[in-house]
Amino acid sequence: MSTPTLQQNPMREFTRILGIGAYRPDIIVTNDDVCQWIDSSDEWIRQRTGIVTRHRAGRDVSVVDMAEGAAREALRGAGIDAAQLGAVIVSTVTHPYATPSAASLLAERLGATPAPAYDVSAACAGYCYGVAQGDALVRAGTADYVLVVGVEKLSDVIDNHERTISFLLGDGAGAVVIGPAERAGIGPTVWGSDGSRWDAIGMTHSQLDIRDFSIAAMKNEDDDGDLAAVGDEHAKLWPTLRQDGQTVFRWAVWEMAKVAKQALDAAGITADQLSAFVPHQANMRIIDELAKQLKIPDSVLIGRDIENAGNTSAASIPLATHRLLQENPGLSGGLSLQIGFGAGLVFGAQVIELP
Amino acid sequence: MASNEEILAGLAEIVNEETGLAPEAVEMDKSFTDDLDIDSISMMTIVVNAEEKFGVRIPDEEVKNLKTVGDAVNFISGAQA
Repeated sequence: MSTPTLQQNPMREFTRILGIGAYRPDIIVTNDDVCQWIDSSDEWIRQRTGIVTRHRAGRDVSVVDMAEGAAREALRGAGIDAAQLGAVIVSTVTHPYATPSAASLLAERLGATPAPAYDVSAACAGYCYGVAQGDALVRAGTADYVLVVGVEKLSDVIDNHERTISFLLGDGAGAVVIGPAERAGIGPTVWGSDGSRWDAIGMTHSQLDIRDFSIAAMKNEDDDGDLAAVGDEHAKLWPTLRQDGQTVFRWAVWEMAKVAKQALDAAGITADQLSAFVPHQANMRIIDELAKQLKIPDSVLIGRDIENAGNTSAASIPLATHRLLQENPGLSGGLSLQIGFGAGLVFGAQVIELP
Repeated sequence: MASNEEILAGLAEIVNEETGLAPEAVEMDKSFTDDLDIDSISMMTIVVNAEEKFGVRIPDEEVKNLKTVGDAVNFISGAQA
């Protein structure tokens, strides 16, 4: 018997981002609002973080709602029908179900069913991870078009009285559609992880701790019937985000500058050939210091959406890119260096052609 | 090998570059946070620049122990030895 011949998908040479969309929720939280909860001032927060306001979503707006808003705009921009999507990838750490995924519900709402749909947990690097996968899926012939969404409802996982990270955070969604192209539109992704610093950013505790507490609380209720006390303790037990700001800052600037440089080199591009530089919007001082380390020339526009969006984790790069394109339509077709980095620790960077 | 005076002068230069503080204000007994009003992010920038200038490694967990300018000078001096 002769060996059967297997067929593999024909490869595509080039991909690019065809469309981009954004969703910014309605509630605007000012620094004065934040100062009701922490002992600080508008001036201090502006100076230390560059943040003036952040958008946050109300209880009635879910991660999938925000993702849908951004995705619909990205699909319109790409001129693609949802039915043409070959995969739906949602990068998020705030979809409140371990399973099923936000992506499968999003695909259903958009009419992309039965496209494969899955979530990516790579925190603030999630969008760049998604772009890496979308690019690979289209080039490998696995999908014709891929929707990549970065979305977060971080307001669900903050403690307003906490000073390391909560006051920086906002909610929102950004989305792109990746598809085949005539010329290279997505440079090689430089990505990785460093689990030795797993503790540098993350949740205060796990879901298992909530389970164990609930059991203890029920016993407590049986013994004393003191529901109010149980309620208080429960509020404390809800897991929220923390970071070791100093460690993260050093890593985000000096280690990430090396990664960003590698992404430029891998793409065969120099900083002066860029039209835009869009790092993850973690803190204006990280953005400024990264630009300084990379010697980004003045001619390159830098994403500074953090001023009004706060840090939106996986959503921050597509949101900042969307804003740059809205304010400077001439950027379309130019090259942008984007780099995401965050809890894991994880990082990802690539040079892309702006849609 | 730099003397403590040289390390102090070098550190004062780095602090001046990061914060605009006059180099004379950077004295051995001054606290980075309380006297010089240097926040944690500026402190990290100063640390990284000091590492480069003096050819030493200052681990993250050590940065938290550097309360005063003197602490930093002594650590750098020890690390160079």
